[in-house]
This record gives sequence, C-alpha cells and structure tokens, in this order.
Amino acid sequence: MELTGLLHYGVFTLTMVGIYGVLALGLNVQWGYTGMLNIGVAAFYAVGAYTTAILTAAPSPDHLGGFGLPFIVGLVGAGVVAGLLALVVGLVTLNLRSDYLAIASIGIAEIVRLVLKNEAWMTNGVRGIAGIDTPLASLVPGYADLGYLVLVGVILALVYWGVQRAFRAPWGRVLRALRENEPAALAAGKNVLAFRVSAFVLGSVIMGLGGALYAHFNGYVSPSDFQPMLATFLVWVMLIAGGSGNNRGALLGALVIWLVWSGTEMLAGLMPEGLGTQASALRVFLVGLLLEIILLTRPQGLLPEKPPRRVDE
Amino acid sequence: MISVRNIVKAFGGMRAVDDCSFDIADGTITGLIGPNGAGKSTLFGIIAGFEPPDSGHIYLGDEDITALPPHRRFHRGLLRTFQTPRGFENMTVLESLMMVPAHQTGESLAGAWFRWGRVKAEERRIREKAEDVLEFLQLTHLRDTLAGRLSGGQKKLVELGRTMMTDARVVLLDEPGAGVNRTLLARLAEDIKRLNLERGYTFCIIEHDMDLIAHLCHPVVCMAQGRVLAEGSMAEIRADERVLDAYLGGDPSQAGTSADETREAAP
Repeated sequence: MELTGLLHYGVFTLTMVGIYGVLALGLNVQWGYTGMLNIGVAAFYAVGAYTTAILTAAPSPDHLGGFGLPFIVGLVGAGVVAGLLALVVGLVTLNLRSDYLAIASIGIAEIVRLVLKNEAWMTNGVRGIAGIDTPLASLVPGYADLGYLVLVGVILALVYWGVQRAFRAPWGRVLRALRENEPAALAAGKNVLAFRVSAFVLGSVIMGLGGALYAHFNGYVSPSDFQPMLATFLVWVMLIAGGSGNNRGALLGALVIWLVWSGTEMLAGLMPEGLGTQASALRVFLVGLLLEIILLTRPQGLLPEKPPRRVDE
Repeated sequence: MISVRNIVKAFGGMRAVDDCSFDIADGTITGLIGPNGAGKSTLFGIIAGFEPPDSGHIYLGDEDITALPPHRRFHRGLLRTFQTPRGFENMTVLESLMMVPAHQTGESLAGAWFRWGRVKAEERRIREKAEDVLEFLQLTHLRDTLAGRLSGGQKKLVELGRTMMTDARVVLLDEPGAGVNRTLLARLAEDIKRLNLERGYTFCIIEHDMDLIAHLCHPVVCMAQGRVLAEGSMAEIRADERVLDAYLGGDPSQAGTSADETREAAP
C-alpha cells in the first residue's frame, strides 16, 4: 500500500514535470532563442487544453461539442488552434518593441481567461469541461497513469528533438542573431518579422500541446487551472532557473522547480491548521527565494546557454 | 549604380536631409564627408531601407527601390554597416559570418526538420566560405571567439567580413575607421581596396579621417546641413571655399584632418 502510494506520487510528479517541460521548451523558443517577452503563456496553454477538451470529450449539452474524437486529433487540434492564435497576435504585435509584446501578451492571457469564464455555450464557464479521456490508461494494468506517463515522455522527447534541431539549424542562428542585435540582423538581409512570427508561433504551438497533455492527464479543465501563477509564473521561473537559451536547462528547471513547488505543498499540509492560507503564500515566496539564489550564484541559470554544436560536424 | 534623388527627411522641425541628390557610380569608392549632423548617416539609413524618406527616390541601377524593405535591398546586393559596430555578442565570429548568406535551407523550420542532409551540405559550404573570408581578413585565429569579446577594430573587420559572405554589389560603410587603431586601420583600408579591385565591390564610405578618405576615395561628396555642398576629387574638395567654411577649414575641432579630435566632438 505504502509502495503503491509512493509509485503513484512519483508517476504524478514525473507527468507534471513532463507537461511543464513541454511548456518550458515552448517558452525557451520565444524567450531563450529570440528574446520575445511572452507573459501570456497561460493563454496558449489554456487554449490547447480547451481545444482538446472540446474535440475529444463525449457530447454534452453544457458546452460546445464534445465531439468524441481520438486523442491524437485533440493533440494536433490543440497545437493548431494555439498556433493560429499566436499567428494573429504575432502579426499585430511582433513589429513592436519587446516591452510592448509583454504588455500585449498579458492582455491576451486576460482575454482568453475571460472568454473561458464567460462564453459558457462553448466552455461551460467556471464549471469547466469534464470527462476528458486519459489515453494509454490500460497499458500497464492497475497503474492507469503509468501508461500516460510513457506517452507524455514520448511527446516531450519529440518536442525536444524538434526544438533542439531547429536551434542548431540556421533558423536558430538567425533567431539568436536578431535577439542579440536586430539592426545588424536586418543589415544581414534577414526578414526579421517573419523569423519572429515563426518562433512565436512554434513556441505557442508547443504550449498548446502542453495544454492538451495537461487536459488529458487531469481529465477535467476549468479556468482556475490556468491562473497566471500556475500557468505563466512557474514556467518562467523554470526557464530562468534552468537556463534560458538551453533546452536541457529548460527541462532541468522544470524538474527542480516542480519538485520544490509540489514539495512545499506537502510542507503546507504539515503546518498546523489555520495556517493553510499563509502556507500557500509561503510556497510562492520559497519559489521566488530559490530563483533569487540561483540567479545570484548562477546568473545564467543552472545550465547556461552556449553556442550549439555545429551542424556539419 | 545608386542614384539618390531629391531625398528629404525631417525629424520634427529639423531637416536632417534636405533635397539631397548624388550618384554612387559603378566600381567607385565614393567618399561621403561633412560635419557632424550633416545628415550622412541618416542618408545611409534611407539608402539601405532602414528609414523611409519623406520624399525623393533611391535607384539601384534603373530600379526604383525607395519602397523596398531592407532585406530585399540586401538580396539585390546593397549592404550597409553601422557607425558603432553592431555584432552578435553571444555568437562566435564564425557563426556571425555564417548567418549571412540568404535563402539557406535550414532557415525554415521545414528545412531544419525534414531536409537535414541538405542543411548539412550547405553548412559545410558556407563554413568553408566563412573560413576563406576569415583568412582574407587575417582573423582565422578568432574563428571561435564570441563576437562580444572582440576589440572595436576587430568588430569592424568582422562587419566588413559579413559583407563578403554574399554577392555584394554596393556596400555602405559608416565610419569604418572610427575607434580603430592605426595598424588595423591600414589593414582595413587595404581590404577595402582589394574588395573593390578584385571583386568589383562599389563602396560608399562615411569617414572623418581625411587621410583615409584621400587614400581610398574618388570621388568625394561633401554634405552640410542635409545638402550636397560639393563633389569631386579630394583635391578639388580640399580647395573648395564652401567646404573649407563648412567643414575642413576654421575651427580645428571641426577640421576633420585630425580624426581623433572630430570623434571627440561626435555625440
């Protein structure tokens, strides 16, 4: 009993690390490679989660759909819809300076949150969408989540392969160049806006995939799952602590910060009753403190960025 | 090659470029001189497409390129550098050269993911080219150094090197000599000459160092207050009364014969 409890906790933790790893890789494409300040991670995460929820849940009078489609359709759909949102946002804002993108992205996240809350015909409002299947649940009999963990691992590996190769390719080289020095990248004949938009869309597609993975893991999505604290702040902390510009750093950051985050939740459980609310504030404080310590001792994160291995080696 | 026709550009009430017209003839190294605030760098920005003019036209050959974005002008062989060298601090010298060639397969995500073999082959070719450029500039030893660690003069050389990674026709150099020590400056001047003679690059050079201008440039265009004041050989320019009044004569801090003094006066 004890052992299965531990195993269950381990599987849960690793799955969440996998999902946050996907989000951190997506943000790394935008911030780490390109220097685009997207403070609206939650928007693309939530759009991905709700897209797959609507596409794959059983038909219900409470919300749009569900269409009962297979997982893979939900996953692809989540990426596509998040990517389309990013394309629209990107074409409008990416010609602006980066601080304006930051403000715009906060606005987008807020708009998405309000739509999820208020367009009940589509999203069932604050009550959310339930009955989202967890695929591969029967892969290991008796351990429903283990099969899904394998699936999350495979998708994380694919995403990692994709972003790492793109980073090593001339595509990533141009992004780094325009992050370092936009006028010089222009002077080197690069269509800066097109590169920016492609990086913004790719990062957002990946965040949408992360959202889909979360929805199928949790089986239920509601607007409270995508609060900025959980969905944006944590991802940023993971990337910065792990090392922005370094994909392995992003994954390491997801692991470390999630362990601290969920570890402090247990800590909160041990505190005397009545201190529960203080405890949740303490968690945020502890994560912030950890970030400060990492940045003071390793300003570029646990695994700093370095020029990638050359393609022709 | 490049024709500047009646270009006007105002910032607020100040006309930085005021009905300016001149030509950069094919195969020349044209010098562009004039006191600070004459509108030279603004004009470079307009020629390269970094800023739109209020009115007037830029022609490359017979083509009106006034409305083309910078990367399209680049694809036609029109390149610029910057007054303060702008490098890619966290990229190696080799990388910052290799990023230049246009239309690389691996610049698209589809290319990077699905045509890796081709990307590899291209990278090999581009790297060899970059290594040739480094050898030409005698910078081979800095190949894997991060560009942020270079000295000002080395950055200028790398910037010149970037123009050599593509089939340039016209290169606009904004104060290539600024902040460069004498030894490197001599090398830079020789490199510019060789590129002009051996590869047929047309140059237009903004510079306050009159020795460098006299050594390299013919013809020389002198601007003041946004307009062309005089054009001709360096000897003609030096003898021109108006140029002496506006730039070369009088106040020694504006003289321009001593480059360092002028640079101190620069903003």
